[in-house]
Parts: sequence; C-alpha cells; structure tokens
Amino acid sequence: MKSILFSLLLWFCALPAMAALDPAVVKQLAADESDDKIAAIQQLAASADKDAARVLKALSEDALFVSGDTVYLLDGEKPVDAASGALIQPAPESYDAITINNRIRSELSNAIAALRLFNPDRAVRLAAARELQSNAGIELVPVLARALAKEGDPEIKALLKLAHAQSSLGSPDAGLRLTAVEALADSASANAKNLLLPLLDATNEPDERVRKAAKTSLKAIESSLALGETVGQIFSGLSLGSILLLAALGLAITYGVMGVINMAHGELLMVGAYATYFTQGIFRTYFPAYLDWYVVAAVPAAFLAAALVGMALERTVIRKLYGRPLETLLATWGLSLILIQAARVLFGAQNVELANPSWMSGGVEVLAGMVLPWNRIVIIGFTLFVLALVWVLMNRTRLGMFVRAVTQNRPMAGCVGVPTGRIDTLAFGLGAGIAGLGGVALSQIANVGPDMGQGYIVDSFMVVVLGGVGQLAGAVWAALGLGIVTKFLEGWAGAVIAKIAVLVFIIIFIQKRPQGLFALKGRFVES
Amino acid sequence: MQRRNFIKVATLTVAMAAAGLTSLSALAADTIKVGILHSLSGTMAISETALKETALMTIAEINKSGGVMGKQLEPVVVDPASNWPLFAEKARQLLSKDKVAVTFGCWTSVSRKSVLPVYKELNGLLFYPVQYEGEELEKNVFYTGAAPNQQAIPAVEYLMSKDGGSAKRFVLLGTDYVYPRTTNKILRAFLKSKGVADADIMEEYTPFGHSDYQTIIAKIKKFSAEGKKTAVVSTINGDSNVPFYKELGNAGLKATDVPVVAFSVGEEELRGVDTKPLVGHLAAWNYFESIKNPDNTKFIAMYKDWAKKQNLPKADSVVTNDPMEATYVGIHMWKQAVEKAKSTDVDKVIAAMGGQTFKAPSGFTVKMDEKNHHLHKPVFIGEVKADGQFNVVWKTKGPVRAQPWSPYIPGNDKKKDVPDSM
Repeated sequence: MKSILFSLLLWFCALPAMAALDPAVVKQLAADESDDKIAAIQQLAASADKDAARVLKALSEDALFVSGDTVYLLDGEKPVDAASGALIQPAPESYDAITINNRIRSELSNAIAALRLFNPDRAVRLAAARELQSNAGIELVPVLARALAKEGDPEIKALLKLAHAQSSLGSPDAGLRLTAVEALADSASANAKNLLLPLLDATNEPDERVRKAAKTSLKAIESSLALGETVGQIFSGLSLGSILLLAALGLAITYGVMGVINMAHGELLMVGAYATYFTQGIFRTYFPAYLDWYVVAAVPAAFLAAALVGMALERTVIRKLYGRPLETLLATWGLSLILIQAARVLFGAQNVELANPSWMSGGVEVLAGMVLPWNRIVIIGFTLFVLALVWVLMNRTRLGMFVRAVTQNRPMAGCVGVPTGRIDTLAFGLGAGIAGLGGVALSQIANVGPDMGQGYIVDSFMVVVLGGVGQLAGAVWAALGLGIVTKFLEGWAGAVIAKIAVLVFIIIFIQKRPQGLFALKGRFVES
Repeated sequence: MQRRNFIKVATLTVAMAAAGLTSLSALAADTIKVGILHSLSGTMAISETALKETALMTIAEINKSGGVMGKQLEPVVVDPASNWPLFAEKARQLLSKDKVAVTFGCWTSVSRKSVLPVYKELNGLLFYPVQYEGEELEKNVFYTGAAPNQQAIPAVEYLMSKDGGSAKRFVLLGTDYVYPRTTNKILRAFLKSKGVADADIMEEYTPFGHSDYQTIIAKIKKFSAEGKKTAVVSTINGDSNVPFYKELGNAGLKATDVPVVAFSVGEEELRGVDTKPLVGHLAAWNYFESIKNPDNTKFIAMYKDWAKKQNLPKADSVVTNDPMEATYVGIHMWKQAVEKAKSTDVDKVIAAMGGQTFKAPSGFTVKMDEKNHHLHKPVFIGEVKADGQFNVVWKTKGPVRAQPWSPYIPGNDKKKDVPDSM
C-alpha cells in the first residue's frame, strides 16, 4: 500500500502546481474507507497548493461538509465549493460533516505542517517543523528534502533534519537509512526511540552497519531521555511540595506559632477557592475582556475572604478556648462541618468549574519530550511570593514583631502595651488569609467542591508536625521534602503505596524525633 | 400565634393545590413510590447528579402521559454522598420505610455491591444504569448499562485495529476499586489471548478523588517510548477525571501519539474541561449525544427543556450521556413490565421484564434479555471533538447480547446465564 502511495506521490510531485484542486480527489476526502481518505490527503498535500491547505485545515477542524456530491467548506457564513472555490447557491439543506479518526488526523497534521514549511513567516515554519517531529512517514521525504534545501534558519533546519531522518528510515536505500539513523542520535524524543528500537532486530534491518549505528544512536537518545525523566520527577516533586507548602503555611502560623489546633483549616482553603470561583463569575459577567486575569484579582479577594472568615471564627469560638487543645480540636472540627454545609447551601454540592486562564494552560518544552505545565510553574512562583510575603510580615513589620512577642511571652508582651487580644485575632486572620491564597492555587489544579478541604487537612498537619512546631522554616523544608519523596515513591510503587509509605515514614520519624525536623532552642521550649 | 396559624393554612392550601394538580382523587395510596439512589455530593456527584435529574424527568414524562396503570409515580430522592456504607443505609430506608416499588440508582460497582445484600434480603428491585465489570447476575437487579463485552472488549479491539492505531502496548489505568480491577483482569486475559506479552501491559491505580496525575502521565510517556505503539485504557471514575485530562492536555500527550480510551468519561464529565488539547482521545459507550436520529433529538430536547425548567446550574450547556440514556430506557422498561404484569409486585415485575423492548435514543430497539437481566445494546466508539462532544468512529451493526460472565475469566464457562434464585 505504502509503495503505491509513494509512487503516486512522486508522480504528483512531478506535475506542475494545479490552478484549482482536482474535484475527484476532493470528493475522495468524503470516502468511507480511511485508506481512501488518507490517499486523498496525501495527494492534496503533495500539490503544495494554497487552496489545498485551506481544505485540509477545514477537514482537521471538522468544518468540511459533504452534501450529495459536493464537498464544501464555509467561507464566513457562505458555503464554498472545496475544489473550485465557487459559491454554492442555494445553501445545501442536508449535509454531514466529514468525520476523521486519529489515524487520519495524524496524516492530516503532517500534511498541513508539510504545506506550511514553505510559509514566509518564521514562526509558522518553526511550528510546522515541530509538528513533524512525530510520525513523519516516508511519503514526506521529498517535501522535507525540498524544505531543508530552502531553509535558512538554523533552529528550523535542525528540526527539519531530524524529521527528514525520521521519514527516510523506511527508505529502501541502506546508505540513506544509515545517515538517518546517525542523525537521529541528536534527537531526544521518545518517538525517535520508538522508531530505532525495531532496527536492532535483523529481521527488520538487513544491513549490519545500520543496526550498529542504531545501537549507538539509541544509547545517546536514552541518556537524554533519562535526564529528562529525572528533571521531570524533581519538577513534579517541587510542584507537589509547593502545593503542600501553600496549604500548610497558614497552619504553620495558626498551629505552629499560636498553638491552635484548627481542624477547619482545610475549609479556609475551600473559602479561598470559592472566592476565586466568585471572582471568575464577576469577571465573566462584567469584564469578559479581562477574563484571563481573574486569577490575579482573585488573590486579594481570596485572602480577604478567608481572613475575614478566620477572624470571625477566632472572635466567636476559638478565643474562648485558648489553652484547651482538646476542646479547640472538637470545636474547630464542628466549625469545619458548618463551613462545608454552608458552601453546599450557597454553591451547591457539585464541584464548580474553574477555567485555567490561557496563560496558565499548556506547557513549555524545556528538553525534547519534557513539557513543564505552565499552571504548575506559576504555582511554584506564587508559593515563593507568598513565602516572601509571610517572611517580611513576620520579621520586618510591627505586627510580626507583636505576634512573635505574644507567642513567646504573653504576660510580658501585655505589660509593655501590646494589645494581645487584638494581635491574636490579627495573627489568626493572617494564617487564615494565607490558607485562602493556598485555595487560589489549588483551584487551578484540583477540583473545587464543598469538601475539597478535607483532603488537605491531614497533609497540612503532616507538614507542620514534620517540620517542627513553632517556626516557618521547618514547614518549608518539610513540604519540599515530602513532595519530592512522594513523587519518587509514586514513580516507583504507585500512588496508593506511596501515600501509605509516606504516612508510615512520618509516624516512625515522629517517634524518633518528636520535636520535628527543626526544633526551637532556648527558654521558649521549656515553657 | 397568628403567624403560625397562617403558615399552617398556607401549607395546607399549597399541599391541596399540588394534590389537585396531579389528580383529583390523589390520595397517598394512589401513587407508586419510586426510589432514586444517586450521590448528589462527594467525588461521584459529577457523574451521578445528572442521573437523578434524568430519572426525575422521565418520571415527570410518564406522569404527564397518565402514569403507570393509572397511578402517578412519586419519586423519593436520597443522597448517599459517595459514601459506600451510606448507600446500603439509604437503600434500606427506601425499601423498608418508604416502601418504594423500584429503585433506580448507583454508579460505582462498589456502591452496587454495598446495596446488593439489602435488595436480596428485602426482595427489592434495583435498576443499575452504568457500564460495569460483569461477574454478577442477581435476581433483584436489572443491568441497563454495558457488560465488558459490550464496551471494554470492543474498545480494545478497536485500538488494536488499523484505524485505532494498531496499538501493541497497553496502559490499564484506573481508580482503585472493584470495577477497574476486574475490568483490567478481563482485559489482561483478553490481551494475552491476542498475543500481547505481560511486559507490554502496565497497570496503575489511584485512590478515589486523586488529583495529582503528574507522575502517572510521566510514566505513560516513558512506557510509550519502548518501540511499540501504546494506548491507554482509562477506568478512572468520578471527579479525578478533570485533573487527569487537564494534566494530559498540559503535558502535550496527543491522541495521535498515545490515544486514551475511557470507559467512565462521557459528555457530562468533560463539561468542566477545556477539550481542545484532548481532541482525538476516545470513549466507548452504547450511546453518544452526537448520534443523529429522531428519538435522540427528542430525548436531548426533553432534557434541555427539563434543565431550563428546573433551573439547573448552567442549564444552557447541559448534555446527555450514556448512563442517562440507560436510566431513561430502564424506567420506561420497568413501566412496560409493570403494565404487563398488572402489578408492582417485585417477583411479577421481574418475570415480566424479560423480552421487553424499547426504541432507545441510541437509534436501536434495545431488548431486555429473556434470561440474564442485561440489555442487548449497540456499541459505539467516539473521539472527543473540540466542543466536548464525541464523533462516532466505529460502531456495531446492531445490538449485542451481554455476557455478564466474561469468557476471559477462568471458571466462568461453568456459570449459568440466569440468576441463581430463579
């Protein structure tokens, strides 16, 4: 089949570019069999015609229609014959969109990319060359060779070389295959590995030199893939660590510094996440043009909402229970149930939908085949920002000084005129507000629902206890450590086992070292 | 005091008005109670809430056209909150306190397993509307969703076909409970029978509600780079699907490289996800909203109308999906069986169910098997489109008979194709 296509293609390449598209070929796009459709796509691609690009693009977007014998696409609102470009009047009444499956889609994206390789715009050519890094088949050899000869840009040229090498792997000429295999050593893509692996076998590759070269190239690819994998694992560990830290940082203040066991901490995260949802709603209704930036506006909103809820809790319930940890625990647990139910009544029991803004969707390719998602990168950056904010607040402001003074020696602080009651409220509000900021981050990667907080309360306490009660630096190291350890364990044993292993590890660790990773020294410890 | 009196009077008036609306002689005894047992909160609410709405809509439709044997249906809705033991508790409440004639409910197999003893003990009747792993045939249950040979096996066969990408390596990814584990056991045996080696199969499980899929996506990427075309079979259930598909899109794993076919993801689950990066990923079901036929057009219009009237959240963008269709078909078939048996007595209705047919929105006339309590259903495989709908790329010629006892599990050849207690 392939060889027939190949010869067909060569024949088409030899023809001069046609003015209009061949109606028979266009009609064949609507054939029932995938093989026929693919043959038609390849013929259109080889024609290197502008109209062909338009037709193929429409097909890839489910926007190519067939009505009886005519294949047409929409030019704005008007139906236009796909082959001749003539306006169809009257508009067809019954029609079907031509459907495509993955096999056709893959051929189609190659064909469209191949047509774009000759675009004068560098960005378009670069994107097309990237597209061709996967699944470039033998039929693309002539097009790629032509593009390679014309291309001046070094970055695109390197990509094209790889694509050309990939596509010529199936060539009957052993010498061509050898150069291709050698060129692929520079590729770090999993796809190239997939193509080279079968070549190790004598049944697939008769030429010994090619087999040997394939082995060398594979080694090079594997080492760059292994590097990518390690980088990926560390990144996902950092990402999980930053999320754990955001969830736990507020608790490190309320529990770690103030000593309040706040079981409603998870619900403060939830308040932050719902505040984000609320902000999104406001932007959708009133500022649809700036919808992409709702997350930024949600940061202060979530902080304020969670801080207000936190301060209200402190004023009404927790204040009355200072120094009675068991009662605090039960009371805050009850509060958490009330907050969950309140969210259910206000927003419904179902999860609410939060859209990632476009600048947080997709990812950046740092190494070949190694994509780091934007939303996670942004969250790591946001964590650093929150961390800096907390550090400055606690160490460089009057409020921070008061908080530290009150937690270290309440009566003495009161004696020198610190309003201890108000400071308690403000400190608790600060911890709650930071939990709200955690909620903003969580809303971008996890589901937002009334009981979302329940999933984070255990993790948050784990981080604070492991890090050592009483200060913030411990929480930072504990969160990052837990994140990276969990991710390595997950890669090795699966998500369920990893969760169990981490819990067992913390139990043993706390047995051996009850004060946590970092213990406070000095008089404060004894009190 | 006056105010309290006023409230009493007002309540009475409203109650009387409501009774008068439904039927002039509406006394409590003249209605048939119907239980609806779906999670309206927790991790499964994303999938199950729509089934509750569908059941209520179908009941309203039947009531409008005169009810069942001249009696109005009275829905009793309970929320088991994605909590498996609570399912059993609520089921018992429906059967012994509310005395419902029939229950429509459950999504996950673990919830069905949890209520089974209750339905057997109290001789209740349950209609289960979701595809499942098979390995079960109970007298008290009718299964209107797909058995493995009506969904999982055809889907994997498609992935192995030329149009499906000729996959040679498989990742079996699921939530950690009975349905994914059993389905994957069946699929593993099936793949082995097709000559796929154990080294070419990877099984992965995550807890319910899992939301961090970075590691798993990285593992899939690595697994797919071993020289053979790889496909992923996903039995992830509930709201974990949203972070899974978000991560899949962000990590740039395209359907043309590694297609993912899902068994528990339909139009409803994808509503909260940007589907543009997911174009081409697959789902196997017995119904898609995009199927064109008059029955389906009517069904979709009825649900959209219902959503608007009930003021459901985002009523303008509601979708229909396979388990909703299965719920709709199940309720109508139960009505037909009751009318045939001329009674709501459980044993009589069970006897009348076998052989019932219904013109389903899937475009086929589906039939309840005479013996095995499962529907004969057509199978469709669809690819995700940019608008969150599915494009049917493969389908069976007609309805397929269910095999609840999969031939790929050893020992099943000796199992009978009828419930034990019959």
